[in-house]
Amino acid sequence: METESTTNGTTEAAAKPKLTAKDYASDQDVRWCPGCGDYSILAQVQRVMPSFNIPKEKTVFVAGIGCSSRFPYYMNTYGFHSIHGRATVVASGLKMARPDLDVWIASGDGDLLSIGGNHFIHLLRRNINTVVMLFNNRIYGLTKGQYSPTSEHGKITKSSPHGSLEEPFNPLTLALGAGASFVARTMDRDPKHMQDMIAKAHAFKGTSFVETFQNCNIYNDGAFLMYTEKDTKPEHTVFVEHGKPLVFGVNKEMGIKLNGFRPEIININDGKHSINDVIIHDETSRELAMIIAKFTDMQDFPVPFGVLYKVERPVFEDQMEDQITEAKEKLGVGDLEKLLFAGNTWEIK
Amino acid sequence: MEKTVEVLKSATIRFAGDSGDGMQIVGSRFTETSALFGNDLSTFPDYPAEIRAPAGTLFGVSGFQIQFSSQDVYSPGDEPDVLVAMNPAALKVNLKDLKQHGTIIANEDAFIEKNLNLAGYKSNPLEDGSLAGYKLIRVPVTRATNNAVQDLGLTAKDANRCKNFYALGITYWLYDRPLEITMHWLESKFSKNPVIAEANIKALKAGFYFGETAEIFTTRYKVAPAKLPKGIYRNITGNHAAALGILAASLKSGLPLFLGSYPITPASDILHDLSSFKNFGVKTFQAEDEIAAVCAAIGAAFGGSLAFTSTSGPGMALKQEAIGLAVMVELPLVIANIQRGGPSTGLPTKTEQADLFQAILGRNGECPLPVVAASSPADCFMMMFEAARIACKFMTPVVFLSDGYLANGAEPWRIPHESELPIIEGEFRTEKEGYFPYMRDEFLARPWVKPGTPGMEHRIGGLEKQHITGNVSYDTANHEFMVNLRAEKVKNIENYIPLAEVDGDQEGELLIIGWGSTYGAITAARERLLAKGYNVSRVHLKYLNPMPKNLGDILNRFKKVMVPELNLGQLSMLLKAYYLKDVIGYNKVQGLPFKASEIEKKAIELLTEK
Ligand SMILES: Cc1ncc(C[n+]2csc(CCOP(=O)(O)OP(=O)(O)O)c2C)c(N)n1
Ligand code: SF4
Ligand SMILES: [Mg+2]
Repeated sequence: METESTTNGTTEAAAKPKLTAKDYASDQDVRWCPGCGDYSILAQVQRVMPSFNIPKEKTVFVAGIGCSSRFPYYMNTYGFHSIHGRATVVASGLKMARPDLDVWIASGDGDLLSIGGNHFIHLLRRNINTVVMLFNNRIYGLTKGQYSPTSEHGKITKSSPHGSLEEPFNPLTLALGAGASFVARTMDRDPKHMQDMIAKAHAFKGTSFVETFQNCNIYNDGAFLMYTEKDTKPEHTVFVEHGKPLVFGVNKEMGIKLNGFRPEIININDGKHSINDVIIHDETSRELAMIIAKFTDMQDFPVPFGVLYKVERPVFEDQMEDQITEAKEKLGVGDLEKLLFAGNTWEIK
Repeated sequence: MEKTVEVLKSATIRFAGDSGDGMQIVGSRFTETSALFGNDLSTFPDYPAEIRAPAGTLFGVSGFQIQFSSQDVYSPGDEPDVLVAMNPAALKVNLKDLKQHGTIIANEDAFIEKNLNLAGYKSNPLEDGSLAGYKLIRVPVTRATNNAVQDLGLTAKDANRCKNFYALGITYWLYDRPLEITMHWLESKFSKNPVIAEANIKALKAGFYFGETAEIFTTRYKVAPAKLPKGIYRNITGNHAAALGILAASLKSGLPLFLGSYPITPASDILHDLSSFKNFGVKTFQAEDEIAAVCAAIGAAFGGSLAFTSTSGPGMALKQEAIGLAVMVELPLVIANIQRGGPSTGLPTKTEQADLFQAILGRNGECPLPVVAASSPADCFMMMFEAARIACKFMTPVVFLSDGYLANGAEPWRIPHESELPIIEGEFRTEKEGYFPYMRDEFLARPWVKPGTPGMEHRIGGLEKQHITGNVSYDTANHEFMVNLRAEKVKNIENYIPLAEVDGDQEGELLIIGWGSTYGAITAARERLLAKGYNVSRVHLKYLNPMPKNLGDILNRFKKVMVPELNLGQLSMLLKAYYLKDVIGYNKVQGLPFKASEIEKKAIELLTEK
């Protein structure tokens, strides 16, 4: 029985030869459409895995259903391709039963936020030590292009020929509202940043939520163009880092300041403002993280990337183990014979 | 006044009152006392879905019936000999079941105009002569209880709440039961509040002395201890037995136990019990819904736990997609469905057997899995153990069926010693050489490899698998092969379960075949039939998928086969389909168990019709 609880299984760091990205590629042909953003996510994960120094056999990828949920088949680790929306709960059960394993969740915007929305918020509030990777392409890829819970209002798709009527979820505010202890965002077209986010998410003990903007070049091509392309990226994105000011723009001349609770965009070189007016990012403030996450939905504001929030708190599976240890100390290790014969018994001779 | 003592072989008593009157509590106390006294017994708690239904109403009536005997008892009894009615509604609801000339002990203080109106009585039945056919004993239970506890300084409310123990005291006198067991129970239950314990003990004793001194009771009854097989016994409910059964399976297999569950009547007690077994290393997870519960269990099974999920019909419906996943990934998993009245929310606190189809057939695709069913409260222990054995040996999800009647009903259980229980094989493969995730052993089971095992990294999932390699495969011929293989794997389990046993002659006019909780009523009915000279045989099925392989032969040796079920004929339909035997269904869907007399009557009808 596995009982040793560790942070992501690091206690058994391999004395074996160092693994490379290639060691994490399975022998299965990757079947995503050419040009799909999922390729980049797979590549970055395979690239950073060796740096964790965790034996491959201790790593498990769990997914639901969707294009993105094929992820586990392509990783040469243990893997479970489960059912639509349920990756989070299969992974939760696995991690509760086996805290020694390094458990990852790969899920699409439909999988995680629509059919699996309930499990997602409960995972975050429980804080089970896993990494949740949201492949957000703002569309249902596998079922060929219906609008998803992150599609913008008015989205024209086959199931919404007159435009969708729903307001989208902002996955970051949703996660923060559900009590997430680690919230970050990255994009498929920025490999370095993505590697950094994955590494930080993995190093964090607790449920680490990483949203990746992922282009579906078949059903929602260009959804994130503004944030990923060289000429528009500087003005439309802000990369947050703990302790650093929230500046953006080609020459980092733009900043965001707080006027009461309201964020405002300023030009720090306009003579009226300076860098001292700009918000310094504090990843330990859930309130600030909420404000920054909201930029995503605000006219003229840059879309935030980076670690918005990160505060450790006790993880579920450790508390579960602690209760067991305590019960064993207090009541003694369970004795079946005694339990069977407990209570009022009588003998028939 | 001289009181006579009459010796009875068995007696049935029903306590009935408002859901706030504590009828389940005194019923359980009567049960415990009778069990420790050595009677064989069977109980039937029957309570409303509402926690505290409005006082005095018909739908708020809560009842607890117990049959106790100096001989074997198979059911809680058809017709009570004694009805304790704490108010008019309780009388109204339960009178129709009372035996002819039976005894009514009525709390006359509650027969006031308001309560009579609520129960729909135009006049007071205690006074209008309508109960002339019964032995009516009017007792001022409320006033007498208040008198008994008056010097303890309780609030009026607390004093009133002791009246159930006063009523219990009367029945203890009537059936010559000792008071000590209940007094000890009260002392430990209210150890933090000794005044309440004392008040209830006073009420209990006052009730007992009332029987002793009141002129109205002329006869007292004795029901001697039963001659059960040798051993150490305890009284046990089906849910508690099920919880112990799965725990025992965990310890006998060396696999850590993981339960994923979401509260639902009448299954929640399994979750409660297992949650208290933390010192056995049991992990229990109260999930956000039944889907999460079963999926977490599947995740734990992947990780090498003995995975278990418990629920009732509506939750079972939610779990089905995930159970299909478990069939596809071929991991051991035990799913307990404690059936209740359906469809939909149905009758949450009532019993029914209408989820047999849901268990056997309830998923998309060709999705076979083994199904077992317990036949009595104590049998829940062994059948749960069996479910775990089959799951681990054959790498498959297994459904364990029980129902509300077994779940809450109790009976004496001859406790098995840990050493008498077989070892469950739940082995993990660690040998890399020649390993493929979907290779098979002689039982057609695939190897169980835990994550963490070096060099054996593999991926599983719900997409069709290629035979042996376990790679995703869309090949049409492979799909058909795998569908057949999964069916054969489950069918093959018939070689590893006991043959069906016929009680009585091996061939003849009439065979009664049942499954699940109808065991007791059928057994009692058959004994009565035999006593009356009717020759009837019976088979009781505990394995519903696959069924015992000699069952077809047995069916064909009888002219008529009667199938009593608490549904519209689900087992009947399966037997007709599997064995082309024109069985005769006998069906009841009232949320109540069969009475032995109902089955007896139907059997006589079948035996005598031309
Ligand atoms: C119970 C169930 N309902 C519906 C589906 C069909 N389905 C499969 S994937 C999917 C949505 C996929 O979208 P997303 O999760 O965003 O993943 P993507 O393909 O975009 O990566 C749907 C509706 C299913 N497989 N199971
Ligand atoms: S449909 Fe879209 S999301 Fe799916 S594989 Fe193709 S490009 Fe990627
Ligand atoms: Mg998507």
